[in-house]
Amino acid sequence: MSSYVRPTTLSDALGSLAEGRRTIVAGGTDFYPARVGTIPDEDVLDITSIDGLRLIEDKGDHYFIGAAATWTDLIRADLPDWFSAMKLAAREVGGQQIQNAGTVVGNVCNASPAADGVPGLIALEAIVRLVSVSGERDVPISEFILGNRRTARDPIEMVTGLVVPKFSNDAKSTFLKLGARKYLVISIVMVSAIMEKAADGAITRCNIAVGSCSEVAKRLRDLEVLLVGNHADASVADLITTDHLSPLSPIGDVRGSADYRLDAALTLVRRALVELAG
Amino acid sequence: MAIAFNLNGKTAVTDADPICRLANVLRENLGYTGTKIGCDAGDCGACTVLLDGEQVCSCLVPVAQVEGRNVMTVEGLASKNGRLTALQQAFHEYSAAQCGICTPGMLMAAEDLFKHNETPTEDQIMDAMGGVLCRCTGYRNIVDAVKHVVRPNGVSFKNPTVGDAMGARALKTDGIQKVDGTEKYGADEAPADALWARAVRSPYANATFTLGDFQPLYNKWPGLVRVLTAADVPGLNGYGVYPHIKDQPAFADGEVRFKGENVVALIGDYDSVYGISNEDVPIVYERRDDIYGLDAALADNAHLIHEGYPGNVMAEGYVRKGNAAAAMKTADVVVEDSYQTGFVEHGYIEPEAGWARRVGDRLEITVSTQAPYMDRDEVANIIGLPKESVRIIPTACGGGFGGKLDLGVHPVIGLAAWILNKPVRCTWNRLESMSASTKRHPSRITARYGCNLSGDLIAYEVDGDFDTGAYVSWGLTVKDRVPVHATGPYFVPNVEAKARGIFTNGTPAGAFRGFGIPQAAIAHDNLMDRMAEEIGMDPLEFRLRNAIRKGQETATGQVLEYSAGLDQCLEALRSPWKKARAAAEKFNAETDDVKRRGVGVGCMWYGCGNTSLSNPSTMQVGIGSSGTVTLYSGAQDIGQGTNTTMVQVVADALGVRMDQIKLVWGDTDMTADAGKSSASRQAYVSGRAAMEAGQNLRRQILRMANAGDSATFEFGEGTLTVTDGGAVREIDLTGLSANKHGGNVLLGEATFDPPATPLDEMGQGNPYGTYGFGAQVAQVEVDTELGTVKVLHVWAAHDVGAAINPIQVEGQIHGGVAQGLGLALMEEYIPGRTENLHDYLMPTFGDVPPIDVFLIEDPEPTGPYGAKGIGEPALIPTPPAIFGAIYHATGVHMKQAPATPDRVRAAILAHKEEIP
Repeated sequence: MSSYVRPTTLSDALGSLAEGRRTIVAGGTDFYPARVGTIPDEDVLDITSIDGLRLIEDKGDHYFIGAAATWTDLIRADLPDWFSAMKLAAREVGGQQIQNAGTVVGNVCNASPAADGVPGLIALEAIVRLVSVSGERDVPISEFILGNRRTARDPIEMVTGLVVPKFSNDAKSTFLKLGARKYLVISIVMVSAIMEKAADGAITRCNIAVGSCSEVAKRLRDLEVLLVGNHADASVADLITTDHLSPLSPIGDVRGSADYRLDAALTLVRRALVELAG
Repeated sequence: MAIAFNLNGKTAVTDADPICRLANVLRENLGYTGTKIGCDAGDCGACTVLLDGEQVCSCLVPVAQVEGRNVMTVEGLASKNGRLTALQQAFHEYSAAQCGICTPGMLMAAEDLFKHNETPTEDQIMDAMGGVLCRCTGYRNIVDAVKHVVRPNGVSFKNPTVGDAMGARALKTDGIQKVDGTEKYGADEAPADALWARAVRSPYANATFTLGDFQPLYNKWPGLVRVLTAADVPGLNGYGVYPHIKDQPAFADGEVRFKGENVVALIGDYDSVYGISNEDVPIVYERRDDIYGLDAALADNAHLIHEGYPGNVMAEGYVRKGNAAAAMKTADVVVEDSYQTGFVEHGYIEPEAGWARRVGDRLEITVSTQAPYMDRDEVANIIGLPKESVRIIPTACGGGFGGKLDLGVHPVIGLAAWILNKPVRCTWNRLESMSASTKRHPSRITARYGCNLSGDLIAYEVDGDFDTGAYVSWGLTVKDRVPVHATGPYFVPNVEAKARGIFTNGTPAGAFRGFGIPQAAIAHDNLMDRMAEEIGMDPLEFRLRNAIRKGQETATGQVLEYSAGLDQCLEALRSPWKKARAAAEKFNAETDDVKRRGVGVGCMWYGCGNTSLSNPSTMQVGIGSSGTVTLYSGAQDIGQGTNTTMVQVVADALGVRMDQIKLVWGDTDMTADAGKSSASRQAYVSGRAAMEAGQNLRRQILRMANAGDSATFEFGEGTLTVTDGGAVREIDLTGLSANKHGGNVLLGEATFDPPATPLDEMGQGNPYGTYGFGAQVAQVEVDTELGTVKVLHVWAAHDVGAAINPIQVEGQIHGGVAQGLGLALMEEYIPGRTENLHDYLMPTFGDVPPIDVFLIEDPEPTGPYGAKGIGEPALIPTPPAIFGAIYHATGVHMKQAPATPDRVRAAILAHKEEIP
């Protein structure tokens, strides 16, 4: 018989992880689909009743998204405009049933190449907070997700939340997802971008991340550098060339060929820039 | 440790393991089976419940997490006095539940919506309910039902009075149990002591195998009662829908031919049969190269999937009329091309399920099915019993569409219950359902159409190969139906049409709404568009000019005498067509060239009933000594509404109100054989039998009372009063002998077999008693940079002879359009890769546009009150209409379904290169 623990304190949770390998479950929205037709027989740590993990908080110089905060919590949270990319992504995660149960942190830890929340968090330069009985460490999300379903989490660690450093109040962000149907769709390509402008309208900072086109969503850093200093208007979308997509390494699968993914990524990045700069 | 929570206002306690899925605990531990399980993966939403007032998929919630919280299921909706809520009532009145399997999930999602928003817009309704899939309704009636709750439209629904049932928008006779959670489907009821059965399926598509020693498995798992193998089959280890071909083994015997084939079955307690991993079952496979696709199967020296079928050719169908090759040379315009489609999954939300028990020397199987009598005969063959020793008791069927015509869980539970003399149940999970059930045949069709400059069709030549997968299933029907219908619903003097079925290691391809005709329609109607363009004629007018009409001969030489209303369908569509075409062209002229709109038209015809084969239905209507009227209907309701339409037909034929008729349905011990719910035959064939049975009973009564045909009936306790003008006669029912079927004192019975003749070697003959006709117009918007296609509107005109129940007919059309849209744009089953409902995409709430339905009633004299079928016709014109619309929008002819975004974008880019 497997062991299922559902502690109310973080220290009990960390203690159980230190004792032996456990699968961490929050919303269950990735856990159960991977176990269709079987009776799960692994040891589980359920983190949903740990005090203080289901919150999204303004911490002064950053926001903190707790490990038990759901997508619906994010949608309903009072957050600045530059979080809109994440809110748009939240609305694309499954149906509302999934948004009500699934967590933002779970999406990161599941490390699917098509995770809807990851491009936005990469664009926001979010930091993953890992805690274990031995202490705490912060890892940038781009270093935390190592590959398809692989992360830098040690089995004795749990992610307690995400640190999202603040952007300027008038920064704008967006999220574009391409899929073959309206609801409940796994993305073929997705783009999340955030842009800050100076008073004179010049772009001062622009982070762009593309998902579903590589094992882990990637920033288009050459393009980001090129954009800075340009006046923010729709014409900046013309700066992008296929060379800027070089960080991407899409595969071809049932949802689309590799060439198509690159072609669509180009279009979506352009559209994101028009929306943010125009 | 026990887990306690509040369930629908009452405390519920369970000792289930904390890791158990809430959905399972609700259903199996607590008996709340109103919550349905469709996928166990959060992809379908059927299991939606409210947790502290918010909708969640109960298949994804560890029951540990509901401790101390509030859970609300569909059983908690209806108020304490048992009355339906306004939402449930609206679902009932709008026929928002067809098969009803998704309905509890839909209702709970809507309940969540109303908790947060009392006056939602249509977009908000869709956003809130977009997590629930429906395969029957096309969602439109669901949206309308929810809107009705927001703003009642004043329409009142009253069931018809005597003589007014035919053509009435009558409420479903089984509608209430579909909205209050009490309807019982295949997985909803089984004895508490039933053992569980689980198939161990082949992970490989082409392999031989040997079985090892099962004793270690028995030793390790005391709850494992029996491992069943091919050696245990007492009768014939083979089944198939044709009397002379039983090629699919109930248990694979040393060889597997597709991935997902049943190799052995584990019988025992739940924890054992699901606890055992497939790797622990001693089966040693020796793989061969998979033969996937037509090219691999047809290659020189390809491995033969079955002995006795050289070149892997299963069979060929052929129709020849006139001399197409010679006539083609005289045509002014000849267009030719090739078309491809893939496997398509039925996607019913209820996976295959049922249970069996042995009762003395008889076997009873309670199961979700489309074909009770065929199931009976197949199971009897496998167990080695006389047919009469097997009883099939159908449950409500949570969607079929052709996929529940073949055996599912039956052989395993039947054999296990027979051998062990214990009740045995089985429920396939989604992965099994998708990998082991039949699919639509993938196709490759090459066709050539010729016409003259004045716009008359001259000749059609077509050659199609259909991938029938590993076993015959319904493959012979596809190869027969396709050549008969290949021209499309047009008069063509010269035709040469071939269709072959080809064996591969693909999933068996069987029956799926249209039997190959939707694939053929993509070809003929694309060529129709191109001929119209070549001669400068409007695509709709070109079709209207060539629409086959009464008095004309089909490709098989059948002269259509009655009920051929394609011309009326196209005339009904002319106005919306013109307006939509003009609007699209205006939009394109005024907008940048990224978004392009277009409008296309597609046409269909479809023979109702089996092709050139006898397919009778028998119906019985009895009157008991107490004065109860009972209809014994074997026409299985799979959501299409035969439990309602048969009652309507009988009500008018007998001269009573619908609510005076008690319905006994499906059970092979209680009802006569009414054939399969397939081939769009129930309304037409069983409907006719029901009408005649009712008329027969009425005549008996009139004779007994010596009354005229205008007499009316009134039933009392043990009496039947017949009033004819001033004359009143009372028949004492208690004085009559209760020796008729079902213990009735009076019985009307009738059998109808549609008139059809065999096809000769040139494919000439009268294969069907009647044909359904239809045409649809689709308006789309294409994002030319991304290749995405959004269908904005569909106008659907169908000649149904006579609509027995217009709201049911509209529901069939909505659902057919939705499935046609899926086939056209997103659905492709790939064995091993799209075996779940997130990789296999079916249309969601947001994908099915508003649909305007035009019912054309060109009466069919052999049908009941003029009616004929609509189930399959509704799907067939949608893909060609959408493809025509994509062409109008972009100038690109899509020749492969589904037209996924990457394929559309690639076609647009290739087209740009062609035009400098």
